[in-house]
Amino acid sequence: MTSKINEPQSKTSRIGISVAAAAAKFVSRKVTVHYGDKQALFDVDLDIPENQVTALIGPSGCGKSTYLRCLNRMNDIIDGCKVGGEILLDGENITDPKIDAVHLRARVGMVFQKPNPFPKSIYDNVSYGPKIHGTVATKADLDAVVENSLRRASLWEEVKDRLDEPGTGLSGGQQQRLCIARAIAVEPEVILMDEPCSALDPIATAKIEELIDELRRKYTIVIVTHSMQQAARVSQRTAFFHLGKVVEVGNTEQIFTNPKDERTQGYITGRFG
Amino acid sequence: MTDSISLPIAASTASKARLASRHAAERRFRIYGLLAVLFGLSCILTLFVTILTGGYNSFSQTVITLDFELDADNIDASDIHGSNFRTIVRRSTYALFPDVTTRQDKRTLANIVSSGAEYQLRDFVIAHPDRIGQTVTLQVPMSDDLDQLSKGVIRAELDESERRVSDIEISWFNSLRDQGKIETVFNGTFFTASDSREPELAGILGAALGSFYTLLVTLALSFPIGVASAIYLEEFAPKNRLTQIIEININNLAAVPSIVFGLLGLAVFLNFFGLPRSAPLVGGMVLALMTLPTIIIAGRAALKSVPPSIRQAAIGLGASPMQTLMDHTLPLAMPGMMTGTILGMAQALGETAPLLMIGMVAFIVDIPGGVTDPATVMPVQIYLWSDSPERAFVERTSGAILVLLAFLVTMNALAVILRKKFETKW
Repeated sequence: MTSKINEPQSKTSRIGISVAAAAAKFVSRKVTVHYGDKQALFDVDLDIPENQVTALIGPSGCGKSTYLRCLNRMNDIIDGCKVGGEILLDGENITDPKIDAVHLRARVGMVFQKPNPFPKSIYDNVSYGPKIHGTVATKADLDAVVENSLRRASLWEEVKDRLDEPGTGLSGGQQQRLCIARAIAVEPEVILMDEPCSALDPIATAKIEELIDELRRKYTIVIVTHSMQQAARVSQRTAFFHLGKVVEVGNTEQIFTNPKDERTQGYITGRFG
Repeated sequence: MTDSISLPIAASTASKARLASRHAAERRFRIYGLLAVLFGLSCILTLFVTILTGGYNSFSQTVITLDFELDADNIDASDIHGSNFRTIVRRSTYALFPDVTTRQDKRTLANIVSSGAEYQLRDFVIAHPDRIGQTVTLQVPMSDDLDQLSKGVIRAELDESERRVSDIEISWFNSLRDQGKIETVFNGTFFTASDSREPELAGILGAALGSFYTLLVTLALSFPIGVASAIYLEEFAPKNRLTQIIEININNLAAVPSIVFGLLGLAVFLNFFGLPRSAPLVGGMVLALMTLPTIIIAGRAALKSVPPSIRQAAIGLGASPMQTLMDHTLPLAMPGMMTGTILGMAQALGETAPLLMIGMVAFIVDIPGGVTDPATVMPVQIYLWSDSPERAFVERTSGAILVLLAFLVTMNALAVILRKKFETKW
């Protein structure tokens, strides 16, 4: 298993877009995003390798969250947002308006900055996705999906006796794991995480990070984070964004120990950002 | 011990003075607020006390116990409606004081009971045809003037020329009361009858049912249209110039004087479409137009107050816009929408002006049986009674206001309960 994860890494010894093409889940070419008159992303070329954790780092307002939301077309719901360029998911251009965003989001799940469970029971939170996508036929199957998802989000032991209690009654860290379980229940291929630990204490953060490490066996994970330590701990690849552009992409270890660009160097050593 | 720690800010006398004046300003501000609240409360209290003291009398009625001889001469069993009950009632009243002989006094004596007595007697005979030929004892309402005398509204100690009841009527009344024939009972008629020229026979039920049918039409029209508009404008409509203009105009419509809606109803519903005059159907349609902006604005506010994170969560899971709305946004916005709707309905319940324009101000004795029957509504009934010359209508006006207020309080309480019950705990 570890060898499988390390395999694409060994191929991506060089920085840049040409590497890891064989195992890339997402291939982005010249992605631009405009919010009204304001341009937020400038010709972003970035590949996301499969079954790895890719961390997007950079100062606030650098466009990393904007890029993340392009990957499951969450920018569609923002008025006046225009996305240009190409993003290929397994070779299919998802920026094409003909692609059904609803179907895309079933393949590319998302976990948000603030835990946002539905004000419903824990069970209903997890079962909602499978229900609307019709992936389960019977109540027994649904029960199994709920249990399985909660187990994979390492929340099952804590909530198995109170599945009918509201999800909003859990602690912040539990709520975020519930949101991860909710995303997993749809059986996505990719999970996008937008600063999933920014509202959590260090203990809850450690649990989520442990969970992310487990989940990468099965899923491709893209995580936006403000914490350099977190990026270094959980990710295999790191992309540094600055002023709407990708400044540097590479193996996490290389980015943090031997950055090529001086802006990357400046950011990770805390000189700006 | 705190004296030993001398903070530089506390040491300065200028800052001490500033602090004292700041506290004084705060205290003054609090007192102004308290005074404003007390003023408002005392106004409400005065209003309620006035209406209650004026209105509680309308819930009681002075009745007289009389013997009626249902002789076959005056009652035709085959034609009860054509029978001469008036003569029977008169004979019973004359029998109370056999020594009254002059024509004028006899007429006065006959009028101490309500003109409703003969209809009550007729209804009794219809219900008990086997009693024809016997003598029955019934309680019938007294005339409104003697009722007011009994309640102390018309004062006996005034000079005869200054009151509506003559000395001889007072002497009869006192004598009958001493004989135990006069009683004050609960005024059931007030809640079971429709409007009447005689105060003692007038009731609020016709107007209450008119209000009910009118509000039913209003609710059936304004709730679905209002909620659908709110959802479309808030969730689906593109934010452009056109939707902006629509939004501004909805807000403007909420501020349009209600009588304008009445004129619109008169011109469009009655004159152009030829719908029936004085009908709750048209009244409800006019009030629906008036209530729509309220419901749309409340509905949009309720939808706006649903946290965007919930929408994002649903969309992020791959829910379609429709599923997001039906499964998450709408259930969370519903309590707010219902509260807005109930408050809009309460507003419609108290509305008079637009209904005057479409003829719901008519004197209607029949209790309406549907939305197309001629009817009036409670506030219009109050307006009509307040305009009547009879002294006894004054207390009935207050009584009707009490009933209307009871409805309004119930509806507002319902709004609060609904909001509390379905409010989502985060």
